[in-house]
Amino acid sequence: MAKRAEALGDLVSIPRLLARNARQFGKRPACREKEFGIWQSWTWAEAEDEITALAMGLMALGIDRGDYVAIIGRNRPALYWSMVAAQMCGAIPVPLYQDAAADEMAYVLDHCGARFVVCGDQEQVDKVLSVQDGLPAITHILYQDKRGLRKYDHSHLHWLHDVAEEGRAAHSRFEAELQQRSDALGLDDTCVMLYTSGTTGRPKGVILSNLNIIETSRVTSEFDHLSEKDSVLAYLPMAWVGDFIFSIGQAYWTGFCVNCPESPDTMMTDLREIGPTYYFAPPRIFETMLTNVMIRMEDAGRIKKWLFDHFMAVARRVGPQILDGKEVSFGDRLRYWLGDKLVYAPLKNTLGLTNIRVGYTAGEAIGPEIFDFYRSLGINLKQLYGQTEASVFIAQQPDGEVRADTVGVPSPGVEVRIEPSGEIYYRSPGVFVEYYKNPESTEKTKDAEGWVATGDAGFFEEETGHLRIIDRAKDVGQMADGSLFAPKYVENKLKFYPNILEAVVFGAGRDRCTAFINIDLTAVGNWAERNNIAYASYQELAGHPRVLEMIQEHVEETNKSVAEDPMLSGCQVHRFLVLHKELDADDGELTRTRKVRRAIIAEKFADLIEALYDGSKSIYTETEVTYEDGRKGKIKATLELRDAATVPVTPQKVAAE
Amino acid sequence: MKDMKDNAEGYTTPDGRQIGGVLMEMKNITLRFGGVMAIQDISFDIREGEIRAIIGPNGAGKSSMLNVISGFYHPQEGEVWFRGARRPTMRPYEVARQGVARTFQNIALFKGMTTLDNMMTGRLTHMKSGMFSQALWWGRAEREESEHREQVEKIIDFLEIQHIRKTPVGRLPYGLQKRVELGRALAAEPELLLLDEPMAGMNVEEKEDMSRFILDVNDEFGTTIALIEHDMGVVMDLSDRVVVMDYGKKIGDGTPDEVRANPEVIDAYLGVAHD
Repeated sequence: MAKRAEALGDLVSIPRLLARNARQFGKRPACREKEFGIWQSWTWAEAEDEITALAMGLMALGIDRGDYVAIIGRNRPALYWSMVAAQMCGAIPVPLYQDAAADEMAYVLDHCGARFVVCGDQEQVDKVLSVQDGLPAITHILYQDKRGLRKYDHSHLHWLHDVAEEGRAAHSRFEAELQQRSDALGLDDTCVMLYTSGTTGRPKGVILSNLNIIETSRVTSEFDHLSEKDSVLAYLPMAWVGDFIFSIGQAYWTGFCVNCPESPDTMMTDLREIGPTYYFAPPRIFETMLTNVMIRMEDAGRIKKWLFDHFMAVARRVGPQILDGKEVSFGDRLRYWLGDKLVYAPLKNTLGLTNIRVGYTAGEAIGPEIFDFYRSLGINLKQLYGQTEASVFIAQQPDGEVRADTVGVPSPGVEVRIEPSGEIYYRSPGVFVEYYKNPESTEKTKDAEGWVATGDAGFFEEETGHLRIIDRAKDVGQMADGSLFAPKYVENKLKFYPNILEAVVFGAGRDRCTAFINIDLTAVGNWAERNNIAYASYQELAGHPRVLEMIQEHVEETNKSVAEDPMLSGCQVHRFLVLHKELDADDGELTRTRKVRRAIIAEKFADLIEALYDGSKSIYTETEVTYEDGRKGKIKATLELRDAATVPVTPQKVAAE
Repeated sequence: MKDMKDNAEGYTTPDGRQIGGVLMEMKNITLRFGGVMAIQDISFDIREGEIRAIIGPNGAGKSSMLNVISGFYHPQEGEVWFRGARRPTMRPYEVARQGVARTFQNIALFKGMTTLDNMMTGRLTHMKSGMFSQALWWGRAEREESEHREQVEKIIDFLEIQHIRKTPVGRLPYGLQKRVELGRALAAEPELLLLDEPMAGMNVEEKEDMSRFILDVNDEFGTTIALIEHDMGVVMDLSDRVVVMDYGKKIGDGTPDEVRANPEVIDAYLGVAHD
């Protein structure tokens, strides 16, 4: 540990990094935000000034060392500033998911005992006010966007701008103490507390120290040669550890510029305008982008479509090799060069990916076709495997060693070992301190030597030393005949079809597998339009016989591909149905990071699962849904259950443990 | 309650908004189309900062009333008083210059133009540079355009329509078109905003959004709003005072609660047979 501390020098906290950046990169942009149609930007020196003012304003409101400050809102510079301002005061920022329902928010606010809540706008203020009665700890609520809040009782409600102004006015009173508090921060002090969404049970507060965040940011920035000249678009939830590492950790370590979109709906336009050099997105975003490109190409003229198809074939053949610096014939290079002028460069420009030097995807497996599509365009897209508990990084792919089916080699400073059960363990400087007020869970996850269980099963490839993830360790099970059951493996294969948004496979302890399917409304809707299929709602489209036929084809193709793997061939889907509603985090079926909550779905739709196994042809069902405003309603539907052809195989038994 | 409304100095609503003195007053308005009496001897006032609704069954004369306010129709009898002075017979653009803006029952946007351009047209009454300098986009015209653009951008931000800034409005769904139309009216920075059925044809969610925007406009900019609306629930929730019309006559005037309790109004809405 001592050696690591040396590498960091006196840069032992985010406020120290801020001071360094203001000195060293004073005139370079620290962040930008599009407002009123124009990109506003702040240099590091200006950012420091704003953050200091805010910190003194918080002190004027009576913030103490060790207080918890909840931050709720979309990515905006002022909210990032309030996190750093809180740190300066010796308080601990706790970013929350802004789309969380009020009771989820109440749980977290209560659990951390937040005294201050910083909100983006009226919507979040309303949510906090609605649960405030049960939360006596909350003393002040701050907000950034004034709209609609003028009439509210302002005895404990403050406009962020006013707080900063008060801080400026009171600088002579607080400057010395602020400096003292901020200087006192060390590597072992808490940098941030993040709540994990948790596929099971209540969210847990993960405490990450300055050492965790800064050391991880340092080594990973060096890994990808990030510098102050890079820029990112901050659009992923602030409560997610990745955003904290990218938009604060790495940004403050290297001094690069963080750009905030104008509104969630303008993300794609803003991406194009900014053209970031470093980009991070979950597979879903890349899928959506590709789906949109494909939909638009379907509607394009014949010449354009031919050009696109022809040069994309060239790109798929040689693009990844060129990117990896491998041998490619002169003729192919020429073709690729021409394709770049005619297709790839304009396409990348439209997607806003022209300047990408390093791109990462993580969180879920990405479809090989999708992955290869971006790589073949010359975009250096890589995979990453991580967790909140690890300050993100466990494994990542080095340049030139990128493949769709692995997550790369252990990140610098990370040790990884595989237990005989197949579960992956790791140890690194990024390993979290503890779960807040939850020693039992801490003990279960992290042992005395600092090894952390990931809960994922995987293995190292012999030849390359790359890590491959199979599934969540607890999801991997056995079927009735003893063959291996890995639902995620099959689900990912299904989800690689643009028409399928989400899939849930059942089969643990049963004699065969079945599946729920969610269709992708954009892709299937466009297909329906082109084929003159009229529909009024998601439900109607999902139940259309031709849609079912199409999904059946996808399921059967998936079965063929699953059957090729002798270990997993028992996981072929024998029967499936297309759900009448989209799985939604508001109904508790997905986590806020959109991971499937298997147990809850199995419980909620028990009648449908039963029908899949008893051989009935259709079933009537009623499902409770939660609307955006929290009201509940019911949707009723009669669903058709279908059989899918499977490839006959002799199942292999899992070796007895 | 009643006497509070009659206080010429204004009053404060239960939710804390300041309602000022009389902004516009209609005195004994009568409007005829040939033999048809569209409006018969109607008087009411609109006070500064309030949300004033005009309701009534189909054909009651609500839109005609709004058209009288906006200067599109000229009543045969009666007077319109605006800010304490009698308004002479005016063309609609002259009324607009006085600070009255409106939206239409059937969306009246330029379908081929973008949201931004449509809203810029709302600034027309505030533009001072001449045709010549505008054509060359030189001097005053250039300066002026950026000022107007700034104002329009504030409204775009307010109405949360950044993502459709550059989209031709013809391609937008109905609910958003309505919002753009509201945006154009707001771009004129009106003192009095007339909304002709702002929620017609909308689904529940769009109605909720629009209601919120109307309340926010009133709250944030202090704009006085007169609106016509069919959805009773919306009207009763939104407005401070309501005028009820039926067959061109005024049959009720007061707070939503007073109007709701008025037997004549109930008759008109439930369709009691008149002898």
